[in-house]
Amino acid sequence: MPEPLIFQRSSPGRRGYSLPDASTPEVTLDPALQREDLELPEVSEFEVVRHYTRLSQENRAIDTAFYPLGSCTMKYNPKVNEEVASLRGVRRVHPYTPGTEVQGALQVMYDLQSILAQVGGLDAVSLLPAAGAHGELTGMLVIRAHHEHRGDVQRQTVIVADSAHGTNPATAAMAGYTVRTVQSDARGNVDLDALKSLVDHETAGMMLTNPNTLGLFDENIEEVCRIVHDAGGLMYGDGANMNAMTGIATPGDLGFDVLHFNLHKTFSTPHGGGGPGAGPIAVRDFLAPYLPDPVIRAEPTEDGTHYAFDTPKRTIGKVRSLWGNYAVLARAYTYMRHHGADGLRANSVHAVLNANYLGSLLKADYELRYDRPCMHEFVLSGSKQKRHGVRTVDMAKRIMDFGFHPPTIYFPLIVEESMLIEPTESESKQTLDEFAEAMRTIAHEAETAPGRIKSAPNETHLRRLDETTAARRPDLAYVREQRVVQENK
Amino acid sequence: MNPDDRRYTQEHEWVRIEGDLATIGITHHAQHQLGDVVYVDLPEVGATLNQHQPFGSIDSVKTASDLFSPISGEVVEVNSAVTDDPAVVNADPFGQGWMLRVRPSDPAEADALMTADQYGLYTQES
Repeated sequence: MPEPLIFQRSSPGRRGYSLPDASTPEVTLDPALQREDLELPEVSEFEVVRHYTRLSQENRAIDTAFYPLGSCTMKYNPKVNEEVASLRGVRRVHPYTPGTEVQGALQVMYDLQSILAQVGGLDAVSLLPAAGAHGELTGMLVIRAHHEHRGDVQRQTVIVADSAHGTNPATAAMAGYTVRTVQSDARGNVDLDALKSLVDHETAGMMLTNPNTLGLFDENIEEVCRIVHDAGGLMYGDGANMNAMTGIATPGDLGFDVLHFNLHKTFSTPHGGGGPGAGPIAVRDFLAPYLPDPVIRAEPTEDGTHYAFDTPKRTIGKVRSLWGNYAVLARAYTYMRHHGADGLRANSVHAVLNANYLGSLLKADYELRYDRPCMHEFVLSGSKQKRHGVRTVDMAKRIMDFGFHPPTIYFPLIVEESMLIEPTESESKQTLDEFAEAMRTIAHEAETAPGRIKSAPNETHLRRLDETTAARRPDLAYVREQRVVQENK
Repeated sequence: MNPDDRRYTQEHEWVRIEGDLATIGITHHAQHQLGDVVYVDLPEVGATLNQHQPFGSIDSVKTASDLFSPISGEVVEVNSAVTDDPAVVNADPFGQGWMLRVRPSDPAEADALMTADQYGLYTQES
């Protein structure tokens, strides 16, 4: 039975609190401040706890099952991160406390800036952006400020790969640029001839994810950067896939000028459901003056190092209130210090190994569109199964019956019936084998019992939902009439 | 199954010219690839279209895509049946699921587009 809405558990007059007798005289609330039309559920505290606990148990989470959602890097979130984030000095630090009183907090942020600069192979870092797409926008505004400061104002176009995350073209447009899309070649790299024909004196830059959303490292990345740089543009790196190369190669060495990190992906802070995340950006030194306000600066004094907030000289201004998502920063910092440089590198090595292993187990039954060594994730096409009338969305529903979260589907857009699978370094060979076995079973069912897939999921709390009607006629508000109808049933 | 009374683009739109008006929609192949269409965003009457440039967008449960105009001209009629109930695009893409009527600025532009046979081959290949 589906969990009822909290409103359906409501009973008139039931209260979720009991207050002690007032020790002060009672006053009557001004009727002008009172509202009768607020339909709030009337439930006890225990009902509230049970309701939301039950809902949370129906949820699929990285802490309950394998979660190979491509491009999301659903790796293990070590619990020690939470322990550090709950320390009184982290949890209770007030954002308005003067920097001189919270030198420890500033040191954490300064050290994190330094580590990220090193991982990115770049020079200066802003921790402020609150998520990946926010980091993209901040980075593109920095690029824009750089061109404008130089009077290079005719640069109004940004090139985006056709394999890009949807946020890349959206970001370029938000930053006021015209988007031009460059195609991928047959090996999944940026098509160099197409790129050459797109760049000109109006090119402000290019946004590129490397490895890209096909899980492929662009074999011509240095040439791509050179073509854009020769035209006077800058290279923006989408760091969503940094889990494939942290500690092995740096975007700065490859030729990128700006990069955002998704701390919630690569550096293991919990995510999904909208955050909070953190999307710091790293830039080359000539872009450092444009970083948002503030950055953390360190200066040696007689009493040791002193940390302070600093406003970059030609800053693009504020991009977020106060100092960023500090608790997320503290978690990522813990993760990095906990692993050390060698540990971070080992994670990337294992993430790539796991993806290649899983891909090799599946490519006999599913079309592996780009059959070359992948990085941290790979793309399968459901084209073989489609011939039996089974579509990728059906197989994604079916995989839930085996207790797994589905992979990303229908992205990247350039592969038909795509499934983007990212196992991360966290999973054991045993888990990968179990997942592969389930996927092979599904491939077999597609030929012998397609109905079982098309009716899936059959083992989950709720069966297949009508996503089409939910999107065409969203029913978002609970109204009393519905409750009456429900109760009369 | 692609009607031969119209021309087709590589972006899977069709255009049919009748007298001095052109009708625009998306193909059966396009609606099939998109899956259930849930929202269609179309320009208003009076808007100017440029051939091969985006004129609107279409959302399905799977993805969101731009709509590219097969022809240049001025919008004279918008099919409100499609914006009211996008399911029409899935059910009848070549008929009741039409999107715009346009007064073409250069009807000869359509001659450069694919015929039904060429489009049939094109969708087999891709």
